[in-house]
Amino acid sequence: MLAFTLRRAIQAIGVMIAVGVIAFSMFRFAGDPVNQIVSLDTPAAEREAVRKSLGLDDPVPVQFARYFGNAAQFKFGVSYQFRQPVSNLLMERMPATLELAACATVLAMVFGILMGVYSALRRDTILTKFFQAVSLIGISLPTFLIGILLIYLFSVTLGWLPSFGRGDVVRIGWWTTGLLTLSGLKALIMPSITLGLFQMTLIMRLVRAEMLEVLRTDYIRFARARGLTTRAIHFGHALKNTLVPVITVAGLQFGSVIAFAIITETVFQWPGMGLLFVQAVQNVDIPIMAAYLLMVSLIFVTINLVVDILYTVVDPRLRSTIRRPA
Amino acid sequence: MSDAVVPHRVEPNTPTARAGTNWLRRALDSDIFYSFRRSRMTMVAAAITVLFFLLAIFASQLAVQNPFDPAQLQLMNSRISPIWTAEGQTPFLLGTDEQGRDVFSAILYGLRISLVVGVLGVILAGTLGITLGLIAGYVGGAVDGLIMRIADVQLTFPAILIALLVNGVAKSVLGNRLDAMSTLGVLVIAIGLSFWVQYARTVRGSVMVEKNKDYVAAAQLIGLPAPKIMLRHVLPNAMGPILVIATINLALAIITEATLSFLGAGMPDTMPSLGTLIRIGNNYLFAGEWWIVAFPGLALAGLILSINLLGDWLRDALNPKLR
Repeated sequence: MLAFTLRRAIQAIGVMIAVGVIAFSMFRFAGDPVNQIVSLDTPAAEREAVRKSLGLDDPVPVQFARYFGNAAQFKFGVSYQFRQPVSNLLMERMPATLELAACATVLAMVFGILMGVYSALRRDTILTKFFQAVSLIGISLPTFLIGILLIYLFSVTLGWLPSFGRGDVVRIGWWTTGLLTLSGLKALIMPSITLGLFQMTLIMRLVRAEMLEVLRTDYIRFARARGLTTRAIHFGHALKNTLVPVITVAGLQFGSVIAFAIITETVFQWPGMGLLFVQAVQNVDIPIMAAYLLMVSLIFVTINLVVDILYTVVDPRLRSTIRRPA
Repeated sequence: MSDAVVPHRVEPNTPTARAGTNWLRRALDSDIFYSFRRSRMTMVAAAITVLFFLLAIFASQLAVQNPFDPAQLQLMNSRISPIWTAEGQTPFLLGTDEQGRDVFSAILYGLRISLVVGVLGVILAGTLGITLGLIAGYVGGAVDGLIMRIADVQLTFPAILIALLVNGVAKSVLGNRLDAMSTLGVLVIAIGLSFWVQYARTVRGSVMVEKNKDYVAAAQLIGLPAPKIMLRHVLPNAMGPILVIATINLALAIITEATLSFLGAGMPDTMPSLGTLIRIGNNYLFAGEWWIVAFPGLALAGLILSINLLGDWLRDALNPKLR
């Protein structure tokens, strides 16, 4: 168990170093950082001074070590567009993205599981057909089209919900939250639906498939033979066993929720990290791009690591196979 | 037509003199075509997909104007609503946008670009993935380990993030203001680099199974070079799943291109794809000019939905477990 955890941790560190090399190469070699800082008519001597002050004269390995050391302390350099430290910008934007991603995930889990269970138990009803049509749309429609559709319906036509921004936010320490004000909650509704729809269809399909599989197993038949109520069989025995893979997938998908937030945040002008990243790509603001890559990779790798380890804790059958190196 | 209903009929041994019609008859008599004719939804999806491809190919014949040619646009004709509304005007079937561009013509040309980027992206991703998968599966050892580790790591990152990064880096290296054609190239590369992993994994799996079979040993024995064995003998056995992945990937590639263009990191306004048209139209939504965004959106959704349905059907039809 310990050896497995250690090996996975070392793998995770390896991935982070690889991502770090990519982020550094982007930062250092994709365009000259000096050109981004000085203006066009800066004399050559001044350019050299800037170059020296940025440490761009040092050997590349030294620069890489310095970049990595700084990144470990959350220092990612200065944004070309905003002339502010990238870490400040990211910290300012992070609560918005995390709040949105968390809301979308909860939404997707609750409705995905409900719809999945229903469509597995009542296979031929009209409601099941409707759920399946929704899931086909959720997988086929691009996220931004769903967002535009919602804006047209609820903002332009009905005027019920705001079409952009976070509404009023409350500051708690360095964290800003929109969950405590009415306008904040209203602003959260449409982006959460847009972001969560894809995950919801994924969870619904997964729950349905798992439920159908579990309902065919012997222990369910045995439970029926024991004379348990249908409700106890469906929810006490069948659903419980389908939830392990569902939680795993939802956990692993949290990383892609954060990445897909890029699109949702652009549609709704949501002031999160994703919008910052898109603006950075449009304006070739490499320090922000590199920092975003590092941050998101860190979140991904951590989630993967935690899920892998939790899996062995939850499911004892996996432990014996893990001990043998593959 | 009654004999086509029996799917597993033994093929009569006709002489090869009529090889051409024989091939056609075999195709019409195959299990795949049988399952195709059984599913009405698949037939509709196939018809819509073919229609979209035809619209894209004959865009310049069908369009009332070339939406990329500023000389053909007149500001007098801007913001006309679709033809069936009160303010509609004759040549502009689906209305016009801010610059007097006919929405229908813009959709035809945009469709062409979306499909070109999607198809080229899938071809690039497929070539890259198949090559790496063949090498990983056939050579094995450290090479296999390295390629599959890279694939594992990349698989944890969503394709859209990778495509955005590739796009941003390419812009930075080539200069921020790219012309439309090189943007198209960058998009194809970004999509190719984002979607190769699935091919590589599938091909590697098939190669690992196939390479221990007798026919590969026989081919090695008569001294065929390894690349020839892989391409001519092993690869055809992995073609089924590759085709399924390619179909579903085409839909994903079109979504990715549209998303990049929508985010402003894709095709420029001067040479818009469907995604660019949706981004432009989105700005006029609040002014009540819904048709500028609605019709490109509808075209994109219809295209993706029908390709997805085709992919789903192909996956089920080629899966021997479900027969």
